[in-house]
Amino acid sequence: MNKRVVVTGMGVVSPNGIGLIEFLPNIRNAINGIKYIKELELYGLGCLVGGIPDISKCEDFFTSYKLYYLSYSTKYSILACEEAIQNSNLQYTIHQGKEPDYNTGIILGTLAGQPDFLGMLMHYVDKKMNKKIRTFIAEQMMISGSTALISGLYGFGNYCSATSMACASSADTIVQGFDRIKQGKAKRMLVGGYDSYSPYMWTNFDILRIISREHNDSPEKASRPMSSSPNGFVPSSGAGVLIIEDLETALTRNAPIYAEIIGANSNCGGQRQGGTMSAPNIYASRKCLKDCIEQSGIKNSDIDYISGHLTSTMADVLEIQNWNNVLGRRGKDFPYINSLKSIIGHTIGAAGAIETIAGILQMNNSFIHASLNCEKLHPEIEKIADRSRIPLKRVENVEINCFAKSSFGFGDVNSCLIIKKYKS
Amino acid sequence: MNETKEKLIKILKTYSFNEPVFYTLTDESDLKDDLDINSARIIDIVLDIEEEFKIEIDDKAITKIRKFGDIVEIINSKINK
Repeated sequence: MNKRVVVTGMGVVSPNGIGLIEFLPNIRNAINGIKYIKELELYGLGCLVGGIPDISKCEDFFTSYKLYYLSYSTKYSILACEEAIQNSNLQYTIHQGKEPDYNTGIILGTLAGQPDFLGMLMHYVDKKMNKKIRTFIAEQMMISGSTALISGLYGFGNYCSATSMACASSADTIVQGFDRIKQGKAKRMLVGGYDSYSPYMWTNFDILRIISREHNDSPEKASRPMSSSPNGFVPSSGAGVLIIEDLETALTRNAPIYAEIIGANSNCGGQRQGGTMSAPNIYASRKCLKDCIEQSGIKNSDIDYISGHLTSTMADVLEIQNWNNVLGRRGKDFPYINSLKSIIGHTIGAAGAIETIAGILQMNNSFIHASLNCEKLHPEIEKIADRSRIPLKRVENVEINCFAKSSFGFGDVNSCLIIKKYKS
Repeated sequence: MNETKEKLIKILKTYSFNEPVFYTLTDESDLKDDLDINSARIIDIVLDIEEEFKIEIDDKAITKIRKFGDIVEIINSKINK
């Protein structure tokens, strides 16, 4: 079965914009979504900056559908799904429909699930205030809580699952959805992921000393992917959801087609050959990228742009070296590459999906957004990619026909997607 | 309408998808069929009632809740004790 898989809907909740209408101009103009977070002072974290989407204007939306006690993860996910459904011209309405839609499924990924609820729940239980807990809270504490709630809102009947692959979680949901459609098991999948702010989660990153501690007084300077001075990633939060669909089904219903996914692959380095829980087995990372390119049937020279994982850690260098090794391209021949994390921080479980959406937006609008704070490139990166390929300022009128999105995560996991402009 | 019913209606409205039905509410109104309340939320309604009326409703009583009048009866039996 050789089904083609296209993207027909996109929804985003990002610290620098809710919905594509805000997100597109804000990535175009590199509007920074990273702020000082005063509350973190109370918990004694070294890192006091991060990204939190402001969804206060959306609260009425939830109560209008009688949705109460929603975690931030669930709120972000619902908003992203609703937007993707709207701009895919699908006719789902919350709470409507008598029968499930067996053609449509949902898989959302997350690293931490509902850490804000975890804190609240522990407080209630420890203080013997059990009766404060409501069914909405208890249900959402399932790892699949947000996904199950959303599946129920729209009546998705094909598949309903939550997945977790650390920082590659949402990239991997795209891989899973792609496989499902290719195999003919689903006609349409909502895929993507989410993660939300909570001291109960961000403290873990802080204790692992993997988040930025040196720019608390200048939050917009904290995320420095590819620079000579990366000092840890900037924790962030949000959600990204894509609707991916079998091409025939999309054409039959006259759906808008934003892009075609031609390769999607995940693997794991097994924490061998230098790989650990937190460091990559570079051979596995390279294999993941290589297998994905092979699957897509393109030549290495066809990749115009790479939407990097590039978190602002020492692993940035490995990532560029891996792409150089796999593509055999360097200098001015290296594809354009940038890091959305330089603008909005690391949205963890949402990162792969939000960055894929940002990649599609750049492809369809012919620009490469700025990669901030890498005025001075890391010397090892400078050896590989020409300065012009890592834009400090937006590059306009760029013909992007095909781009690669890679995501990596703790547990030595890798995901890669090859996405191109849709042509009939 | 007495105070108990007024407080109860306020709680039920939170979860009902058919608010107009409250204009014609009787003791026979069915929570699921008439008020269009998701049966998964009955537990929330019970918890809200326990908090509002400072009473305890046992598991056995919960399984008997079908109609508006069932809840009124449970509340009255508890607060009149």
